[in-house]
Amino acid sequence: MYKIIEKEILAPGIKRIRVEAPLIARKTHPGNFIILRIGELDERIPLTVADYERDKGTITLIFQEIGYTTKKLGTLEVGDSIQDLVGPLGKHLDIRGYKKVICLGGGSGTALLYPKVKAFHENGAEVLTITGARNKELVILEKELRTVSDKLFITTDDGSYGYHGFVTDILQDLLKEHSDIDLVVAIGPVPMMKAVSNITPNDIKTIVSLNALMVDGTGMCGGCRVTVGGETKFTCIDGPAFDGHQVDFDEIMNRQSYYHEEEDHVCRLDKEVNK
Amino acid sequence: MTLQKEKTPVKNQNPEIRTKNFDEVCLGYNKSEALKEASRCLQCKNPTCISGCPVEVPIPAFIKAIIDDDLDQAAHIIKEKNNLPAICGRVCPQEEQCEKMCIMGKKYKPVAIGRLERFVGDHALKKAKENKIQEKITAVSDTRPTNIKKEKVAVVGSGPAGLTAAADLAKAGYRVTLFEALHSVGGVLRYGIPEFRLPKNILDQEVSEIKKLGVEIRLNIVIGKTMALEDLSAEGYKAVFIGTGAGLPILMDLPGKNLNGIYSANEFLTRVNLMKAYKFPEYKTPVKIGKKVAVIGGGNVAMDSARTALRLGAEEVSIIYRRSKEELPARNEEIEHTEEEGIIFRLLNSPLAFHGENGKVKWIECMKMKLKGTDSSGRPKPIPVKGSNWSLEVDSVIIAIGQTPNPLLKDDSPQLKTESYGGIHVDENLATSIPGVYAGGDIVTGAATVIKAMGAGKKAARSIIKYLEDNKLA
Repeated sequence: MYKIIEKEILAPGIKRIRVEAPLIARKTHPGNFIILRIGELDERIPLTVADYERDKGTITLIFQEIGYTTKKLGTLEVGDSIQDLVGPLGKHLDIRGYKKVICLGGGSGTALLYPKVKAFHENGAEVLTITGARNKELVILEKELRTVSDKLFITTDDGSYGYHGFVTDILQDLLKEHSDIDLVVAIGPVPMMKAVSNITPNDIKTIVSLNALMVDGTGMCGGCRVTVGGETKFTCIDGPAFDGHQVDFDEIMNRQSYYHEEEDHVCRLDKEVNK
Repeated sequence: MTLQKEKTPVKNQNPEIRTKNFDEVCLGYNKSEALKEASRCLQCKNPTCISGCPVEVPIPAFIKAIIDDDLDQAAHIIKEKNNLPAICGRVCPQEEQCEKMCIMGKKYKPVAIGRLERFVGDHALKKAKENKIQEKITAVSDTRPTNIKKEKVAVVGSGPAGLTAAADLAKAGYRVTLFEALHSVGGVLRYGIPEFRLPKNILDQEVSEIKKLGVEIRLNIVIGKTMALEDLSAEGYKAVFIGTGAGLPILMDLPGKNLNGIYSANEFLTRVNLMKAYKFPEYKTPVKIGKKVAVIGGGNVAMDSARTALRLGAEEVSIIYRRSKEELPARNEEIEHTEEEGIIFRLLNSPLAFHGENGKVKWIECMKMKLKGTDSSGRPKPIPVKGSNWSLEVDSVIIAIGQTPNPLLKDDSPQLKTESYGGIHVDENLATSIPGVYAGGDIVTGAATVIKAMGAGKKAARSIIKYLEDNKLA
């Protein structure tokens, strides 16, 4: 059992929990994810590790309540436990050797972007961070990002905070202003990562972090397969970070949608039960 | 008494009823049936059946004990060699092993050794249950070995190879920890083999027997991720057995391979067996197969997938296999059961492409095959018949054409030597290139059978015991 020792609501529907998981904390690097199963009847879902404290033996998870499992996870309180938690999984991001990096986070993807921004910053890179949300209420981690970014740009779709527009607008400006960007990292909804990868020129390395459907997370099931550079890759063991210029984003969007009806079904059932 | 030429029949659930439930298909022998079948054994002076068994169960001896009506003794004889008899009796391909070597089988049908083993295995589990109740009353101590040694041994992977190695090492007195990546013990016995062929309560009971030997089980730990091999030695483990299995599905590199509705058998079966998607929405993991399902492949995993699809409510399930019935690699009993359940065998056919609509698979383009000569595996070689293309309408496809060794651990341990097909390299004693680290089962050979993995677990346990004995004074 993995106990929740801290919980915070970052924005409506976006929560942060700190969980006791000493073995996982010891081995986690930016970019790794875990798989959790809340209880006996629940699904296994992957979540990227947002932060970790090796000395305290804890990991931090930030999640948006979008499906049945994340909504249920959001109902757990400090002192409650998650039955199963396994990780760190996936290949972690190699942050070494970059001098000037643009990091983009969209929606709750910003939460997953944070440990990378922090790692680049600690490694001496200049980091220009762009975070986008639908509106002011949904802007997360502003303070945290500001402390580890050389420049922070905030965008909202409705203009209620920061720049009125999309993260890609700012990205285009930055690419014009700075000719020495050696890496772009984008984490967020698939359409956003696709747009970023279309904008960045081929000679600027562009990394996206994919959130595929998974069961085991150890390469066993192949459910998380994606096409990268014409080859089939498993997000769980080959990723979750891939070269954005090579990823077939349309295929990912299609594969992510496969269980939408079932997801709606359990969510509806759950509502009826909890009436 | 006249000689009974055929095997004593075993009762199965009626096909019409069983395709609507996940209960076990084969009901097993009752006592009188077992006795009748046991009496067919010739009790050969020089038995050949034992040589067909990868874990060398003294077959005539346990059958003799059945005849003598001493089932406890029969169980004792089997368990000396085989830690999982109730499982092996259900899933071993006996016709390729012990029963193939049975002398009775030279002229008539061989003795149904597998069914008898299951009968004894189930007796042992029933007995253990009764004893447990008894223990609670009288506080009798468990079966933990008395010859406790101080060395700790780590076993990585809790499938058939790992369970066997762990049990044998614990019996020898070592302090064994079994590490499992998933949230539940059993490896392929848990996520792969369906409930109707291997009820999970049988697996649970066999595992609890192994726990009684003092084996500690640690779930949710991926060796190679959560802990490295070096971490194990830092934690004081003096030897390691790797039995991480062939957990990497082979997919088909055909057009449309990643359309929705195309599952690897691993994913399909894991959703259903490990995550209990057949009880959706009570269990929250979904599986979606529609009405028409095609399974590609001809092994046990293909049969399991097809029969599982039927039980999930599919109306038409086909098995597409590129060779003929003769070459189907599945156990005979599974093929029979699959046929009885009305699954369509589309033999001598191979898929060419998957076609979809709105991102979901809609039909498979297939081609007929004929057999000519032999291929590198020694089996008849399938050759496409020109102009024989045809199409099959489907709602989902399950790819069951095999697995390769899981790469996680070797990617994390560059000093672990591997073979070109991804398996871990071992010597004749199952020692890897790292001293004190042994490996066996599908992670070495690529996908094989439960009993072969158990045989490897047993052999590795012997090697580890010898290694630890030899290094004691050093």
